[in-house]
Amino acid sequence: MKEKIADLEEKARRLRVAIVKTLHKSQSGHTGGSLSAIDMVCALYFHKMRHNPQDPAWEGRDRFVLSKGHAAPALYVTLAECGYFPAEDLMMLRRLGSHLQGHPDSKGTPGVDVCTGSLGQGLSMANGMALGFKLDGKDNRVYAVLGDGELQEGQIWEAAMAAGHYKSDNLCALIDANGLQIDGDVSKVMNVASIGDKFKAFGWNVIEIDGHDMGQIISALDQAEAHKGAPTAIVAKTVKGKGVHLFENKASYHGVTPNDEELPEALRCLGCCD
Amino acid sequence: MIATRDAYGEALAELGGENDKIVALDADLSGSTKTGVFAKKFPNRFFNMGIAEANMVGTAAGLASVGKIPFLSTFAIFAAGRGWEQIRQSLAYPKANVKVVATHGGVTVGEDGGSHQSVEDIAIMRAIPNMTVIVPADGEETKGAIRAAAAYKGPVYVRLGRNKVANVFPAGHKFEIGKGNVVAEGKDLTFITTGLMTAQAVIAAEKLEEEGISARVLHIGTIKPLDKELVLKAAQETGAIVTAEEHSVVGGLGGAVAEFLSEECPTLMKRVGIYDRFGLSGKSDELLKYFGLNAETLIEQAREIVSRKK
Repeated sequence: MKEKIADLEEKARRLRVAIVKTLHKSQSGHTGGSLSAIDMVCALYFHKMRHNPQDPAWEGRDRFVLSKGHAAPALYVTLAECGYFPAEDLMMLRRLGSHLQGHPDSKGTPGVDVCTGSLGQGLSMANGMALGFKLDGKDNRVYAVLGDGELQEGQIWEAAMAAGHYKSDNLCALIDANGLQIDGDVSKVMNVASIGDKFKAFGWNVIEIDGHDMGQIISALDQAEAHKGAPTAIVAKTVKGKGVHLFENKASYHGVTPNDEELPEALRCLGCCD
Repeated sequence: MIATRDAYGEALAELGGENDKIVALDADLSGSTKTGVFAKKFPNRFFNMGIAEANMVGTAAGLASVGKIPFLSTFAIFAAGRGWEQIRQSLAYPKANVKVVATHGGVTVGEDGGSHQSVEDIAIMRAIPNMTVIVPADGEETKGAIRAAAAYKGPVYVRLGRNKVANVFPAGHKFEIGKGNVVAEGKDLTFITTGLMTAQAVIAAEKLEEEGISARVLHIGTIKPLDKELVLKAAQETGAIVTAEEHSVVGGLGGAVAEFLSEECPTLMKRVGIYDRFGLSGKSDELLKYFGLNAETLIEQAREIVSRKK
């Protein structure tokens, strides 16, 4: 297990490097929230989820919903690492003619299951998938990554209510609780605390973890899968911009990309020598 | 005479027996929208989402993405209104195979008043890329439209009414998405109508015939994509168009026809509909009369437009 964790940690480090390089190249996109979510996305794609990069439409695959769609770079670098499309495509992020749209678009990108980006809608779609699998007696699981600021959208709680009501135990929501949104602290803009209690109130199984501790992430995902009779919410405390001190805990890095001066330092932080 | 929502309930339940991929969702109005008929027959394929329309739209998108054919229903004002952005982002953008069947469109909702009378839904659904917009004339066409929507791969908005409406089409009428129907031939003007106004246009055309005005009736069951061929033919052959719909004159059928003809074949036009205002409480028939949504208005507009042609 130790080896597995070390391996995933190394994967996550390389994915962070890819995020920074991709966003530096595009000069448009969301740095902070991509770096805060990447450990969980990495654990899902390289440890937990059943999927097949050679056959993106394979029916037996688990589904992934990036409800906080602005963290698209985290998803794209992971899909490229898995082999869904060539890593060179990342350099075309957000450019005209690219299949890598600013926010995930299922129509053009292999491996992207749903269109997201308008916050608050992903959990509803994830629960719809979960209900569909249950109806067919299939054991596919559905994972949705949400932001804590995103929880201010009322539709999230409609979806939480419905998933609790229908006992969607094949659904797991991962809350990337980095505490920051565009206008500042989530707690000051519109306080969503206490997140765990809110999901519990809607009948969810709740697990609280450090969202950058790979061991805790894996353990939580395993517990979520084992839990029957209710959906699971993994409330993960994270750091916006995690891994690069220039960007860490800065709301201003929500939608800002690394510039030419920041790039070498960012890559140095991530142990990258190229 | 049957209400289009009743025809929907029957058609959906029938389709459910033929195709187990069909699922239905409702937001606490299954008795009114008639999805309850399906729910009774196929309880495990029916999801009551409670009074939460936005989530209902997203849930339907998720069900579609794993191979189901979801039909979701609520009143038109809540579907196209409350659920607009969800319909745009979660359904139309990814071309999700979801059918939004909205009942209680227009002012015939009646006593509930302006808050519940959707007079904008055709316009706002029509503005969304990838969206198909259907407004059947009667129960028979509704059955065909529901069947066609289920067979079509992609998002569809079907707008239905609360009250019984006169039959326009015979039993077994075939509905084809994107195709209009010439219900009556005529050469002096064309009524281009949708929903319950088509039956009114048929009455108007019969009365006009007696005074020597020959009116064509072109029913548009699919507002989008518009049957441009039949509309253009009507404009070229009759030289005058009167549109009619139980909807605002802003952006609905009248808007669609005007947009098209202004570029392809500028034609004398009149739009019968609700003149940029909200609905009111009242009985359905009183409201139709109050807003001029009847054969009498169509006759007046036809007389005027024919006189202007000369």
